[in-house]
Parts: sequence; structure tokens; C-alpha cells
Amino acid sequence: MEDTIKVAGGTGLTADDIKSGKIFLTEDSLDCAYAWDTGVAVNRYLAELKQGKIIATRCKKCKRTMLPPRLFCELCFIPCSNWQYVQDTGIVNTFSICHVHWDATRIGKDEKPHLPAVIEIDGASEGMGIMHLLGEVDPEEIKIGMQVKAVWKPEAERTGSIIDIKYFKPL
Amino acid sequence: MMRKVAIVGAGMTSFVRRALETPKELSYQATKVTLDSCGLTLDDVDCIAHGTAPDAFDGLHQNGEYMVDGCGGWNKPTMRVYVGGGTGIHAVVHGWHHVASGLFDTCLVVCEEKMSSALPHAQAFFLTIFDSITERPLEPNLLWIFALEMNRYMERYGYTKEDMALVAVKNKQNGLKHPASQFSEKVTVEDVVNSEMMAYPVSRLDVSPVSDGAAAVLLASERVARRLTDKPVWIEGVGWSLDTAYWATRDLYYPRYTDTAARMAYDMAGIREPDKEIHVAEPYDPFDYKALHHLEGLQLSPRGKTVELLRDGHFDIDGNLPMCPSGGLLGVGNPIAAAGTMKVCELFWQLRGEAGQRQVPGNPRRGVAQSWGDLMQVSSVVVVGN
Amino acid sequence: MGILERNSRNIDNRCWNPGIKAFPVKNVYTAGVAGQRFFEELKENGKIYGSKCEKCGLTYVPARIYCEKCFDHLLEKDWVDVGIEGTIYSYTLVCKTKSGGPKEKPSIMAAIRIADGLLIHRLGDCREEELEIGRPVKAEFKPKQDRTGSIEDIMHFKPL
Repeated sequence: MEDTIKVAGGTGLTADDIKSGKIFLTEDSLDCAYAWDTGVAVNRYLAELKQGKIIATRCKKCKRTMLPPRLFCELCFIPCSNWQYVQDTGIVNTFSICHVHWDATRIGKDEKPHLPAVIEIDGASEGMGIMHLLGEVDPEEIKIGMQVKAVWKPEAERTGSIIDIKYFKPL
Repeated sequence: MMRKVAIVGAGMTSFVRRALETPKELSYQATKVTLDSCGLTLDDVDCIAHGTAPDAFDGLHQNGEYMVDGCGGWNKPTMRVYVGGGTGIHAVVHGWHHVASGLFDTCLVVCEEKMSSALPHAQAFFLTIFDSITERPLEPNLLWIFALEMNRYMERYGYTKEDMALVAVKNKQNGLKHPASQFSEKVTVEDVVNSEMMAYPVSRLDVSPVSDGAAAVLLASERVARRLTDKPVWIEGVGWSLDTAYWATRDLYYPRYTDTAARMAYDMAGIREPDKEIHVAEPYDPFDYKALHHLEGLQLSPRGKTVELLRDGHFDIDGNLPMCPSGGLLGVGNPIAAAGTMKVCELFWQLRGEAGQRQVPGNPRRGVAQSWGDLMQVSSVVVVGN
Repeated sequence: MGILERNSRNIDNRCWNPGIKAFPVKNVYTAGVAGQRFFEELKENGKIYGSKCEKCGLTYVPARIYCEKCFDHLLEKDWVDVGIEGTIYSYTLVCKTKSGGPKEKPSIMAAIRIADGLLIHRLGDCREEELEIGRPVKAEFKPKQDRTGSIEDIMHFKPL
């Protein structure tokens, strides 16, 4: 059967074309930085992390205890003003063993793979996970459903950041 | 009262790893070949709906404005939409509004992406899509969320990496027959499973490539469509949905956003039993597992039974419900926004019996295409029929 | 004080460059099908090329592969050497650096009309008093061995 579909353009260049210097290229980098206000709810979240505690907000209508805490419940669309401490333990909802840095460069031979996970925090509503890292665990041993606990930075090193928790380790 | 809208022309560039063309030129090539495909000129076009995914890839902020003349938008009403990876089909939905509303008789939909501009790798730019305060300090990588979702999905139903690899093998096989495909080599399940481990469970060949390219379709009102062609392909339903950006707080094994978007589109199209009434499907497949995940969300396969159907050949080109006959993103390439539009082009060609060696047998009369994106939260769905 | 510093001063609850201190990414742009040839001519022959759409009677500078008005493909035969002279369409004196700081010596940026195109470039080798909209200017090229196939192969335009 005749393929009648219409294709035009899309001239592929090879790595050799680029190396040959015959292809004119212009390079630029943004060279800029951002600073973010943390906002009302997350500011409290970070302040509590600095104290070694995890705090959530609770929606009085749907009764969800939510992480990260938020100023409003996105389902009920009403303000959330009830704050509630939750545990620093939880279960692994899902995880990965990642051999690639954020910029897609490969991790070095001596580097350990990153172990990102979604962790459902005890005390928050079912399914309320946060993304964080796992540590002190053999990657082969990680299982979905595994119980884990936060490993905090020493108090003096905490800055009010999500990385005040170094990682979560198996209980 | 909504008017009927038809697709009357389609075209695209080859998808390549690194294109010589500028984003404007890619857009021009796809747009021009689309106009030529239905014998129209720019004078016949009333408006433009165009799309590209993150500006950061092309490295041109306001890329939509930059590429506008390449899309035929010179001095015409032009509007860009953006929903990340969902853009390619969302732009078609957007174009549909323009014509269905009665405001315009013709609308060119053009999507373009040039990812090769981004160094060290397009993936690096995805760092900025994560929550800047509660997630970004962990130095996340785009692969993480796919890996987390894939792992959750596999765990839920007991699927294996080999199961997922079957999709990559099948789609890449289909893609070999697509004249715009970036690939020329067949792969096996072993190739996929043994390819470099990027982020368990994601190996390199589970992932679609980085690509440059553009694709376009021309939409027309019924009056114009009937004048132009005796084979219009009607847009029977459209749907879209965005789930919460708190992605870690919803269970990742099921794409609720796709479910919602699909039901909206099926309702509009009057489809009650999608698995029986849809003859060809182009679910979004940036990763192999995603095609299956989305088939479930699209109500085209019972949850947890999809691998069984896949192994039975249900989704093969000559199966009951051919999936990604184009080859999809895994088999043709993935210039983000353009890849979604390519899927609509494919349905256009399939329903007209113009898909050459990839032609689904038995004169398919109804197809669905779906794209997905943002922080794993958006789906856009188009149902077409003839 | 930089804008960023100013904006982030006295804010307790800020989140400052968390985790990754910089975001070292860059973009690299191909010149494109038309650009490839346009810059080749600039580099090798010191010539500026446009492309002419016969139908619309327009000569685009820099040259392109299509006419944005009628969407005709502009082919090899449509390329025209438009010379290296043009006129000042408009100009501006740039007194600040990219980040808004003071600039030691103002530079003069101009939109230069060549055929039906406008080329954005510097004006050089001239005094402010010489500037005038409509005034003819001429491209001054870098020595051939220093050219790389970039818009910077033209050092500046000089008023005639």
C-alpha cells in the first residue's frame, strides 16, 4: 500500500556534523538565579522541620490531614487553619534507585545511587505522601510498604528546609 | 450550539535527535506540508492554535511568539496553549474550540519542539518543574517521578520489567514503518531489559528519546470540510483534566486525570463502551509502562489485565484494539508537543486508510489519541471518527 | 546592590537557592537551514544575503526559507546579495548593562533597514551627533580569519 503521509524537513545532524565545525552554532546561558518566598503554610512547615518536627494542616470539611501543609484545601476549596503534628515515620509508597543526576549526567563509580521515594507519613491521611530520599539501606532490600523513619540533621545544622531530614531509613 | 469540526489535512517533519532547522523552520515545514496535503494556502486559514512545551528546551522564552510566523500566524488570530507534555493534543482541543464555537471556519494547529538546544540535557531543565521549596532541594530528576510511578504501577498488579518492555518492543517495531521515525533498529525484550539502568525500574530503552520536530493538522467547519474533501475525519469528542500538583499525595498506580478527560470526550462522542467502540488508540507513551497505564485510564483495558491483553496480541496492529500503530513516542520520537500532534495525524491517516505499511486492517472508523504532561497531572483526549 | 539581593533582603521566610546553588544549564542554537547559508556568506565572502518572495515583492533580510505572508518556499534562486549598506531605521543609546548597572561607555544599537528587512546591530566608529534616522550606514566586518559564522562577524555598521 502506498504511504501517502506527508513528511517534510527535520534535517538530522550527527555528532560528527557538529564536531566538523561546519554547522554554525550560537551558545548562551541564562546565568540567573531565583529566590522564592516560602509562603504562609510552607513557612511554618520549614520552621517546624528546623525543630525536628513534621507538621500538617487539617481540612475541617474533608478531614484530610495534609502534607505538605497548605493554606487551603484544594478539594474543598476552603481555608485550612488547623495545624497538627504528625510522626516522622511512614511507609514507602513507591521508590526508585536512580543512577542519574538531576542534569542527566551519570553518577560516578564511587557514588551511591540516589534513592528517591514517596513516603506516606504516619499521622497524615492515608495516601498523603511526600517525596524524599531513603538511606542506610541496601537498595536491593527496599520494598514498597516498608516502614521508615526520618534521619534528621543535627539541630545546629538545620536551616528550615526539607533537607533538614537527611533521608528516611528502615525501622 | 457547537458546530461539527473536521480534520482535513495533516503533516509533520521527520523527528530527529538534532535538527539543522530552527524552531521556526521546523514549524514552517510541518505547516506547509499540511496545507499542501489539502490543497490550501495561508489565505484559506482563519486562525492558528499552536503549542510548544517548556520554553526552556528551545531556549527561547516566549517561544510561541517566536515561532508564530513559521506556523502561518502572520497577522492572524493566534493563540498558544501549554500543558507540558499534554500540549500536542491540547492544542488540537484548543483549535477545535476555535472552529466549534463558530468564530472561525478553519484553524491550523501546529506544535513544535526543539529539545536538542538544551544542554547538558533536556532533562536538566525539568528540575524547575518541581516545587521549588518542598521538592527541589532534593535535587530531583524527571526520571524519578516516572520511576516512582512505574514501580507503583508494577507493584500494584504484579507486572514485571519484561512485561513493560513488550510495549517498547511493539511500539518501536511499528515505528520502523513510519517515514518520519527517528529509529531504524529493531529491539528485543532482552535489549530493553538489559539496557542501561537509569532509575530503577526505568532502563534506557523504556524511555522515548529526546527529539526535534514539528507536526500540524488543519481543522475545518463542516461546510468547508465537505467542500475540501470527501474523507473528512470528524472530531467527535474532546476532553481534558488536570489533577492536583501535590503529586505525591495521590496514588500513582492509576491515572485519574486520564480517566476524567477520557470520560468527558466519550460522553461528547456518545461512546458508552470505549473498548468496543474505539478501533485504534494512540495513548501517550513517553515510557513503555505509560502506554498501558493510559490505556487503563482511557477505559480501553480493565485495570490489571492490560499485560495479559498485550501478551495476547490484543494491541497489535492486527489485534482487536491496535495501540500506537504510529510507533508512538517510543517508535517515532518524542519532540514533546509535536509528539502529541503526531498522534492525531496518525489517526487522521489511519481513518482515511492512508497509513501505508502501518495501516490498521478492517477500515477503522473511530480512534482516540491522548497526551499527558505537567507534573504527572494532565491529560488531553481527542476522539475522532469518520 | 543587585535586584536579587534587594528583593530578598529582610525576608525571614525566604528559601534561598535551596540545594543546588546554581542551575548550570545552557542552550545551543543551530543557525537553521537559511541561517546556515546566510552565515556562510557572511563568514566566507563578507556578503549579506536576503531572500526575495516574487509573489509578495518582498526581500527578507536575513534570508529565510519561507515568506511569512504567502508561505511560499523561498528557494536557492530567490537568494539575493543585498549589499552591505543600509539606512538607520531607528536607534537607541544603551547606557545600562544587561543587569541594570551603569555602563562605562554607552553603546549605540540600531535597527538597520536593508531591502525589506531590519537587522539589529551596533553602530560604531561614529559620534552621537552623526546619528540620524534615515542616514545610510555600511557594515564593517571583522578580518576574515576572525569570523566564525555569526552575526558578530559584522563588528558594527558605520554611518556614511
